[in-house]
Amino acid sequence: MQITSPAFKENARAALADAQLQKALGNVREGFIDKRQRAVDALPEFDALRDSARSIKDHALAHLDLYLEAYEKKVTEAGGHVHWAETGADARAIILEICRAAGARTVTKGKSMITEEIELNHFLEKEGIRPVETDLGEYIIQLRRESPSHIIAPAVHLTKEQVEADFRRMHDHLPFARDLSEPESLLNEARRVLRAQYFMADVGITGANFLVAETGSSVIVTNEGNGDLTQILPRVHVVVASIEKIVPTLEDMGQILRVLARSATGQDMSVYTTVSTGPRRPGDPDGPDEYHVVLVDNGRSAMLGTEFQDMLRCIRCGACMNHCPVYHAVGGHAYGSVYPGPMGAVLTPSLVGVDKAGHLPNASTFCGRCEAVCPMRIPLPKMMRHWREREFSRGLNPATQRYGLRAWALFARHPRLYRLATAIAIPALSLFSAGKGRFRHLPLAGGWTKHRDMPAPEGRTFMQQWRDRDALKQGGQA
Amino acid sequence: MTEDMMKKPRVGLFVTCLVDLFRPAVGFASVKLLEEAGCEVEVPMAQTCCGQPAYNSGDRADTIAIAKNTIESFEEYDYIVAPSGSCAGMLRKHYPGLFKGDAHWEARAAAFSAKVHELVSFLVDVMGVDRVTAAHSGSVTYHDSCSGLRELGIREQPRRLLATVSGLKIKEMRDADVCCGFGGTFCVKYPDISNRIVEEKTANIRAAGADTLIAGDLGCLMNMAGKLQREGSDIEVRHVAEVLAGMDDRPAIGRGQG
Amino acid sequence: MSGREAILNKVRGALGVSFGDASRASAVARRLDDAPVGVVPARGQLPESDRIALFCAMALKVSASVDRVKGPGEVPEAVAAYLRSKNLPASVRMGADERLQAMPWKAVPALEVKSGPAGAEDEVGVSHAIAGVAETGTVVLHSGAANPTTVNFLPEHHIVVVDAKEIAGDLETVFSRIRHRFGKGTMPRTVNLITGPSRSGDIEQKLLLGAHGPRALHLIVVDAG
Repeated sequence: MQITSPAFKENARAALADAQLQKALGNVREGFIDKRQRAVDALPEFDALRDSARSIKDHALAHLDLYLEAYEKKVTEAGGHVHWAETGADARAIILEICRAAGARTVTKGKSMITEEIELNHFLEKEGIRPVETDLGEYIIQLRRESPSHIIAPAVHLTKEQVEADFRRMHDHLPFARDLSEPESLLNEARRVLRAQYFMADVGITGANFLVAETGSSVIVTNEGNGDLTQILPRVHVVVASIEKIVPTLEDMGQILRVLARSATGQDMSVYTTVSTGPRRPGDPDGPDEYHVVLVDNGRSAMLGTEFQDMLRCIRCGACMNHCPVYHAVGGHAYGSVYPGPMGAVLTPSLVGVDKAGHLPNASTFCGRCEAVCPMRIPLPKMMRHWREREFSRGLNPATQRYGLRAWALFARHPRLYRLATAIAIPALSLFSAGKGRFRHLPLAGGWTKHRDMPAPEGRTFMQQWRDRDALKQGGQA
Repeated sequence: MTEDMMKKPRVGLFVTCLVDLFRPAVGFASVKLLEEAGCEVEVPMAQTCCGQPAYNSGDRADTIAIAKNTIESFEEYDYIVAPSGSCAGMLRKHYPGLFKGDAHWEARAAAFSAKVHELVSFLVDVMGVDRVTAAHSGSVTYHDSCSGLRELGIREQPRRLLATVSGLKIKEMRDADVCCGFGGTFCVKYPDISNRIVEEKTANIRAAGADTLIAGDLGCLMNMAGKLQREGSDIEVRHVAEVLAGMDDRPAIGRGQG
Repeated sequence: MSGREAILNKVRGALGVSFGDASRASAVARRLDDAPVGVVPARGQLPESDRIALFCAMALKVSASVDRVKGPGEVPEAVAAYLRSKNLPASVRMGADERLQAMPWKAVPALEVKSGPAGAEDEVGVSHAIAGVAETGTVVLHSGAANPTTVNFLPEHHIVVVDAKEIAGDLETVFSRIRHRFGKGTMPRTVNLITGPSRSGDIEQKLLLGAHGPRALHLIVVDAG
């Protein structure tokens, strides 16, 4: 996709003015938060599981090279093939080669953020291969030629009316009289259309929620069952997964599974957790003949050993964006990158550079709700601040901001100067409010007073008044 | 009882820059509450700001310089108390991390930070205050400011003390724990988004049907007061310390002298 | 340099470790061998009858339906009863699973039992689980010569038979059974953990059953008979 993160402010303004989007975003606020809370409240061990999940990932990341090797060995033993892709371009080339060898014309796809990240669909189309997204939300946005606006609910920015219009536009067999006004009828229509595609596909591509080193398995976690149909019906199954998806054992996967669905959708377990190991076995009546895993680095290894390593614990549950007031206000597309919300604000600069994605870690109030709900206890605000530090040290933030900050810091570092300046400025500002107690307009504070009044200072500063009180006291005692 | 046991704890009041400049009444209310709780309160003149604007803008060097000044000015006290969850959170949770790798300052910062508290949680959790003598006729709704809530775990303490204010009735708003959109420099860097968030907040405040909005952080209060007033609401906005100290006779935040 | 070596070198460089560090290798080998169990929720740690009851309750909570029968001999009639109650044709698709085959299907008049993998036309699939998980109401199925995976996903109705005595309290018990059954580090091609029927909330966050997989999941719990 075209990265539009540098235009975050303009994107955000457009999003705020988009009534349909604002209506759809109401569903994020309503849909996820209470359900998650209920699921968490019903499991007394939830926080202990978060700690356990965190330490599993920390251990796996600290030994990532060894677990990748162990995993590769088990995949190969089971008859699968492991491919290594340093970059998105490498991954695309590997996948294309597999598709070509299979003579593929149609590939079905399970929902996968990594294939969004490497822009696989666009590439396959250019190469004459037709990718078909099968997750309902992904299917809808593919019809619209959009990118997902949420990592687990890709079409959360749309209303049912928009989906109906898209189906009528793209499904040319639809009689006008057919009722598509409700989500039920839209779902049935998508189910019917996609059923045929599963059988037509030559290759099925899925992502992976986990790669299990102990067994050489890839694991997908879904609710619709589309990922399973994608991987059992075509002759070739390709798993695309970034290297940090590794966990050591099935038990380790079990610990993380318990926090994943609860954090994402408020379910105890997602409907389908599918553990796949190699291709169809001798005697198996179904399943793919070939099984390929494409391990993608694309910037992950560069995060290891840095202040951003903790981000590699992320399991893509979406809880951070579900609880983010900024995401609620502007939606996912405003972020202008594949990964929106707080996790995207940390991850995107790693992937595309902080010079392009600098707005993202800045567009946060640091309210801390993302970190409070993150099942993997990723300190998201802290890492956004680290990006701001990198920006500041490279002089990437706007000059006005830097000068303003330096001027303020000059006073804040010198208490006497600060006292002197504030003792003059604040009573003057108070007087300027002419007893109204607030300003409707204030020079240099247009960002504030465009939308709200600015309370005026009461009068003299606390420090001025306190010094008088102290002096009085001293005088009284003497 | 030995003299030592009777000694009052010495509290250094970290006034916070917003209280110093915009709402000194909160500072005096804090002093009153602390003194009533049996503390000896002093206000070091060398204090300025906790450094958050620099810290959250990625300006490490200035943050460290400001933090050193704060630590030097306050480390002699038994406790350092601030009428703000945000500033107290900065002093308590973030200062030590600034000095990673500088053993001398890291230790000093850690010793300092361990003594830092937000005002209301200090009164309840440290000084054991379980009631106040103030009166306030009318209903209030309480906004949980983010840093206080999530960095310092302040939620029940202010509600517990407010419940003892005679004549006061608490009406909880929906999503009291959701950010008001202030976010320090955020509100000037992204004014349109900030506005959308505070609109959501003021809608919840108005729906609660209380006469007064209360919170523990002046930044959030100025943001919400400014928005409510722009919307033409007559809901009064006050810092929790003013109400607990019975100092709510002066005009509310953003209100004129009559 | 291959992508493989490049990635592994970058990882080692970033972690500041060298190739062939014996202590790291042994930490990894130990973890893979021991497979430590971690935090197991108390919820499923119950005596057998309560555990089975919890399994049924959790399955209902995720919109599965549950039937309990006294022995494997009653399963075919229970399947037929389900078909009648849903007004479905008397035809099911199932694999050659030994336990299913041993059941008296012929005793149910006019019930067609089709063997082999499922196709687009199949409306009802029947599978035998190797385990249930009480904690979440999950059934565990695996692929193999007698257990086609398509049966679990293509039909609109999926009926899963599970032995009550194979209902475990938690996932970990199931993992250790799988390990015991297939060998350490070895897995069948597919292991499906299924918790309720297929669903989607992708349109306006409204939760709907029957997205791509079965619209209905019917569990038949077989008490020791």
